[in-house]
Amino acid sequence: MIISIASGKGGTGKTTVAVNLALSLLKESTQLIDCDVEEPNSHLFLKPNIHQVTSVGISVPRIDESKCTYCGKCAQVCEYHAIAVILKNVLVFDELCHGCGACSYLCPEKAISEVERGIGIVQEGSSNGIPFVNGVLNVGEPMASPLIRKVKERIWKDKIVILDAPPGTACPVIETVKGSDFCILVTEPTPFGLNDLELAVGMLEKLGIPRGVVVNKVDVGNREVWDYCQSKNIPVLMEIPMDREIAESYSKGIPIVFENPCYAPLFLSLFQKVEKLYGECRRK
Amino acid sequence: MPQNQIKQLAIVSGKGGTGKTTMAAGFASLAKNKVLVDCDVDAADLHLLLRPRVLKQEKYYGGRSPRVDLDKCTQCGLCTQVCRFDAVQNGVVDYVSCEGCGFCFHICPEKAIMMEEAFSGDWFVSETPYGPFVHARLGIGKENSGKLVTVVRKQAIEIAKEKGLGLILIDGPPGIGCPVTASLTGVDLTLAVTEPTLSGIHDLERILKLSDHFKIRSLVCINKYDINPENTDQIISYCKSKGVEIIGKIPYEPKVVEALVNRKTVIEYPCNEVQDILLKMWQTIVGLATGGKP
Repeated sequence: MIISIASGKGGTGKTTVAVNLALSLLKESTQLIDCDVEEPNSHLFLKPNIHQVTSVGISVPRIDESKCTYCGKCAQVCEYHAIAVILKNVLVFDELCHGCGACSYLCPEKAISEVERGIGIVQEGSSNGIPFVNGVLNVGEPMASPLIRKVKERIWKDKIVILDAPPGTACPVIETVKGSDFCILVTEPTPFGLNDLELAVGMLEKLGIPRGVVVNKVDVGNREVWDYCQSKNIPVLMEIPMDREIAESYSKGIPIVFENPCYAPLFLSLFQKVEKLYGECRRK
Repeated sequence: MPQNQIKQLAIVSGKGGTGKTTMAAGFASLAKNKVLVDCDVDAADLHLLLRPRVLKQEKYYGGRSPRVDLDKCTQCGLCTQVCRFDAVQNGVVDYVSCEGCGFCFHICPEKAIMMEEAFSGDWFVSETPYGPFVHARLGIGKENSGKLVTVVRKQAIEIAKEKGLGLILIDGPPGIGCPVTASLTGVDLTLAVTEPTLSGIHDLERILKLSDHFKIRSLVCINKYDINPENTDQIISYCKSKGVEIIGKIPYEPKVVEALVNRKTVIEYPCNEVQDILLKMWQTIVGLATGGKP
């Protein structure tokens, strides 16, 4: 079962929910994967031992100028404007290339080969007996999605897989949550939290992924998030108080279930609710 | 006003939820003669505080998408075979996975695949009590948020030139990926908003590296600095070692959320000392942007 933790708005507590949920389940049946490759944070809490580091690249074109006739076909087919042919020069803009391979396949002279250009790494390890995977995008690299795809290749389907998603609702989030059996949306009861929750719900509706909400910092703000969830018939699965103890342990990189074990049953109950809702969705 | 006289400031953070939009809205209340831009196009929030009246709405086409004519398709499977994004299966396109590369369109032996402009969102020019405001809404699940960022920024520059406004104030997206890159290219100054948590520090280091990569001068503001004094000290010494100036430390103040709930900027709502700190920060920024210091 794959459960993704997403949010729309950043800083609402995705990593807190992902990490503490993973630590509250049976370690032999759980796997935690941090898909926020731009700003990965789960490892700060889990301090995993990393056993394997794999570099990830995308295939970018290289031109064999001895074969090239400067016909311009490659530039013409590239939708990303990653190749330009100017007189007797072929310019390749690596950062714009999505690695689709159209140019090399379609070159009439077979003058284009592909080389791997590193965009980041995938790290695999374990923490407290829980298998852990994350991805780290190189700074300056604009495209997160190809790396997220590689991170997700490490999913062990027979486990309860928890995916910590990046904030927002754009491509890196969609790359993360697609294929999930359930998505937990973490929000806070403020106008920003509500606005971004609505956007995230719209995204999940489009992807057809069952969803529930965790409201964090319940004592701040107003009740509009609950009203919205009720009107959309979205279950509120858990409420996390605005608690100095939680904020402090977060700031130090200590999972709250370690600092205060009373929280473990609450996260376990969150999982049980998700499991039940997922079961109901499957029966429908 | 010529473009080289317009200064651009981007507020970024790496980590989400550190207070970018709160700062941007506060500065919107303080700054004069500026254009405001929300570059967080897939989870935009600044409009919630600026009360925009939309003057112009434009459709944004972020790229092209394939459409298969199933009457012509012979199910030969060539498109499925060449697609590296696993986005086309027996003539059926998975638009969530499709990156719009057009490989399938080019190789289809039956010419059964067309490429069409993909409607990817809307962008707006609005007037607000704080000045002109350019914002956008990326369509659900649409690609190319970076390109939409570039579109709204271009529009902001046009407005600044036309109206003679010397400053563009950019509320940036979280992360370090394509919309952030698009928000940073060509700006004069970035303000990185961080918080004294391990995550905040980790993500600050990465966003500062990104600004450095683009050779943009960075300033730092530590929000809720009092929730962990040791971490705040660590941020201060890190910034010092990198030669990055910290222009403000803001305490944790529940009134800030109260202001937000009341749809006010922190300057418009009694937020105790936060207002003074923001004002001082703004004076520092103005000084630096207008060449008061190197």
